[in-house]
Amino acid sequence: MAKLMDYDRALELFEPVLGFEVHIELSTKTKMFSDAPNYFGGEPNTNITPVDLGLPGSLPVVNGQAVRYAISLGLALGCSIAPTSRFARKNYFYPDLAKNYQISQSDEPIAFAGSVEVELPNGRLFTVPIERAHMEEDAGKLTHVGGATGRIQGAEYSLVDYNRAGVPLVEIVTDIIYGAEADAPELAKAYVSTIRDIVVGLGISEARMERGNLRCDANISLRRRTPEGEPPAPLGTRTETKNVNSLRSVERAIRYEIQRQAAILDDGGTITQETRHWHEDTGQTSAGRPKSDADDYRYFPEPDLLPVVPSPELIEELRAALPEAPAIRRRRLKTEWNFTDLEFQDLTNSGLVNEVIDTVAAGASPASARKWWTGEIARTANAQGVDATTLVTPLQVAQLVALVDAGTLTDRLARQVLEGVIAGEGTPQQVVDARGLAVVSDDGALIAAIDEALQSQPDVLAKIRDGKVQAAGAVIGAVMKAMKGQADAARVRELVLERATALPE
Amino acid sequence: MTSDLTRLTADALAAKLASKEVSSVEATQAHLDRIAAVEGAVHAFLHVASDSALAEAADIDRRRAAGEQLHPLAGVPIAIKDVIVTKGMPTTSGSKILEGWVPPYDATVMTKLRAAGLVSLGKTNMDEFAMGSSTEHSAYGPTHNPWDLERIPGGSGGGSAAAVAAFEAPFALGSDTGGSIRQPAHVTGTVGLKPTYGGVSRYGAIALASSLDQIGPVSRTVLDSALLHDVIGGHDPRDSTSLTDVWPSFAEAVRNADVAGLRIGVIKELQGDGFQPGVMERFREALALLEGAGAIITEVELPSVEHAIAAYYLIMPAEASSNLAKFDSVRFGLRVNPKGGGTVEDVMSATREQGFGAETKRRIILGTYALSAGYYDAYYGSAQKVRTLVQRDFAAAFANADVLVSPTAPTTAFKLGEKTGDPLSMYLNDIATIPANLAGIPGISVPAGLAAEDGLPVGIQFLAPAREDARLYGVAAALEALLEQKWGHTLLSQAPDLSFSEMNATDEGAV
Repeated sequence: MAKLMDYDRALELFEPVLGFEVHIELSTKTKMFSDAPNYFGGEPNTNITPVDLGLPGSLPVVNGQAVRYAISLGLALGCSIAPTSRFARKNYFYPDLAKNYQISQSDEPIAFAGSVEVELPNGRLFTVPIERAHMEEDAGKLTHVGGATGRIQGAEYSLVDYNRAGVPLVEIVTDIIYGAEADAPELAKAYVSTIRDIVVGLGISEARMERGNLRCDANISLRRRTPEGEPPAPLGTRTETKNVNSLRSVERAIRYEIQRQAAILDDGGTITQETRHWHEDTGQTSAGRPKSDADDYRYFPEPDLLPVVPSPELIEELRAALPEAPAIRRRRLKTEWNFTDLEFQDLTNSGLVNEVIDTVAAGASPASARKWWTGEIARTANAQGVDATTLVTPLQVAQLVALVDAGTLTDRLARQVLEGVIAGEGTPQQVVDARGLAVVSDDGALIAAIDEALQSQPDVLAKIRDGKVQAAGAVIGAVMKAMKGQADAARVRELVLERATALPE
Repeated sequence: MTSDLTRLTADALAAKLASKEVSSVEATQAHLDRIAAVEGAVHAFLHVASDSALAEAADIDRRRAAGEQLHPLAGVPIAIKDVIVTKGMPTTSGSKILEGWVPPYDATVMTKLRAAGLVSLGKTNMDEFAMGSSTEHSAYGPTHNPWDLERIPGGSGGGSAAAVAAFEAPFALGSDTGGSIRQPAHVTGTVGLKPTYGGVSRYGAIALASSLDQIGPVSRTVLDSALLHDVIGGHDPRDSTSLTDVWPSFAEAVRNADVAGLRIGVIKELQGDGFQPGVMERFREALALLEGAGAIITEVELPSVEHAIAAYYLIMPAEASSNLAKFDSVRFGLRVNPKGGGTVEDVMSATREQGFGAETKRRIILGTYALSAGYYDAYYGSAQKVRTLVQRDFAAAFANADVLVSPTAPTTAFKLGEKTGDPLSMYLNDIATIPANLAGIPGISVPAGLAAEDGLPVGIQFLAPAREDARLYGVAAALEALLEQKWGHTLLSQAPDLSFSEMNATDEGAV
């Protein structure tokens, strides 16, 4: 177990310097360079062609849709789109790489020099500089068999599934990020979350981190602070943390690395330039392979492919079709929905903005949509340890809200209905029907219950008739109890007052 | 009777097939018989597909009998260079690392041949991964030149050229990265054309150097090459570097051959020093004939050509080092497990150590070095600049000439074993053919006669601007007609009778 320094102390001594590489799997129909289906579940080595296997003689052909997606993403990141970009071969031997080179883009990426505005939980706005976004192909998937850890060390043999080989990727590389300071972990999370929102907004990827559609490699180094007036210390040695498969992990991994590196540096040690493997279960990173800047991939222009030369018309067409940027959209929604800063902050932090948007689009009021998602649904998700979005759909929430608004359900009943929907019992209406949870709106049944309650409490009835309407509470309570809660209390109150005068003395 | 069928050109055989004078089974069997008779001496083939060839021929005969409309070349046999992947036929590219590999898919050119109904006789020998000028780097032993069995048939496509020269096939497919179609044509008295880069799909051609490789035709006559080119050419969506041009009929260009008024530029740098006198004699004679037929002979300069070989021997190995990385035992081909097991890297390493020949390893190391950090700019980067200069030289030369001309290679066929210990002198044999690959322009080698000093075939090379392959067919066909008119026969009719020399060779233990 690595020694960790207290986080606040680490920040006193060092400045965290960040950089991110985010890989996004594009949801095209076919792969980056072949006509195999872009789908890597299922039976291993079935969604493959000679190209994906790197069979002798096979040649790659660029997927035009992947290029359009990459351009859209580049534009959404505020990048310039290269009039001419080129694919290059990145040469290294590894059995998940069918050709023993990856077709990527090196010094001529399709998009470069952009920035992304990120909003931190404390309300701070941060502009993350984007160096480039480039296209490349994914590798196959290795399964190491026979070892205790499932990793290559100690494995007896390994299996390769090339279904994922050739899946189109865009890699977004940030410039070096300075100035995050103590917000570094939150910035990391907010950045990846923003990229996810952009990608989802563009509809170019499923962007599910837990499925590897969106993968983040987090680079971090610490720079020792120098007294004011002295020149800044040189940049520290960085580590690159991989296998960070959730937004929460991104934040935790950065915080962990800051504390780990600070402890080493403060003890007079040095940081090894290496990849670090994030372990979700222990919340720690462990050393991966050494990584030096001198890694020689012998990049050279891919001679099997022509340069990518998108027409200015295509670029403008894609620019015109861009959805609203998440940051701008957030500001607009906050105004439209009339939320307070705190309300909107809560919603943003819950990561359920899109769900509320969709719920509002399905007919619910912004306030009730927010209330349900950040309240009961988020609580249930938290208790079950799952993502709130996996529990219910925005449409179901909107239907639930509609039932409440129509008076069919009270809030208390609605919570029971939600529980049924989450349990898979059907739509809110189906749960209401099956569980018999609807508010009794049949005045006849209510009147009978009210009359009975009034007659059994003549003293209360008398008080009501004397104008002491607050005495009605006791009758209302009795009626609600008789109706097993399935009545609208407001309506009961109206009827109690009405019957008190209507009943014969 | 059937042995005569092997002496026919593809065009003449096609006519007999169309008129049903001869069946495809008869024609195919005649070639298989010829292969059986001479292969012991020539060794042009790595795989002879007798059964599938006869089955394909029978299918064509059946379809013809049923009155189906067939391609004019349907039923004509053809030999395929082993660099081309063929479904159902083993494909090794001359290497042990692919021994026994039967591809699950066809190269685009194979798909086109099958669609046209050509009958595949088998796969021809070549230098391993097309690296060589003599077939001596084949992992399966060299091919022998039908003109003199102790001499090289050229390379890398010596198998295809020798098969055609030895009447084992009327024509064949070759591939040309630095002269592998044209130089074998030169030393075997055959015709070979390297198309414009992008003119023929490379999909399914096992890559040596992707930016230089082109598949092309090998034959005994210019018309046969044109007919074959018409079948295999054209855009292929599976090859991004394939041109989308609509190509003219090359056979038509042969039939309309006329050099009157054609400006022919003699490349100043590709003659003289290092060129054999007999080669130069035939070259000058051919120019005189063309001039007599109305061509205008001028001289052009290609100053950068002197650096072309140096640039080529950086670009080609650089691309090859990457292209050959896939041969790692994981998915196909040879697998060598080191003693006592080992990591996947150990298996890859042992497989490549055992599976690749010396020349292949030499070029992988050269190319890896040329692309390495710190050396890239000096080697690969500089070579690409030279390539640009060569292209500019050609552009300038073509401003003053319609086609350029040079001997195809400096010498006639050298002896087997003569240059295997001296890679540099082997590389220099490609001095006249390499520039066309660097520039992406088409080039053809057509027989010019025999060198007086050794009686061996000499070829003449014509080059045209990119996309002007038809121009080459025109000038080559015109020269072919002028020469045959002068000689009174074809050049290959003068080649030794191999069924006889096979016997001699066997008696003498030379093979």
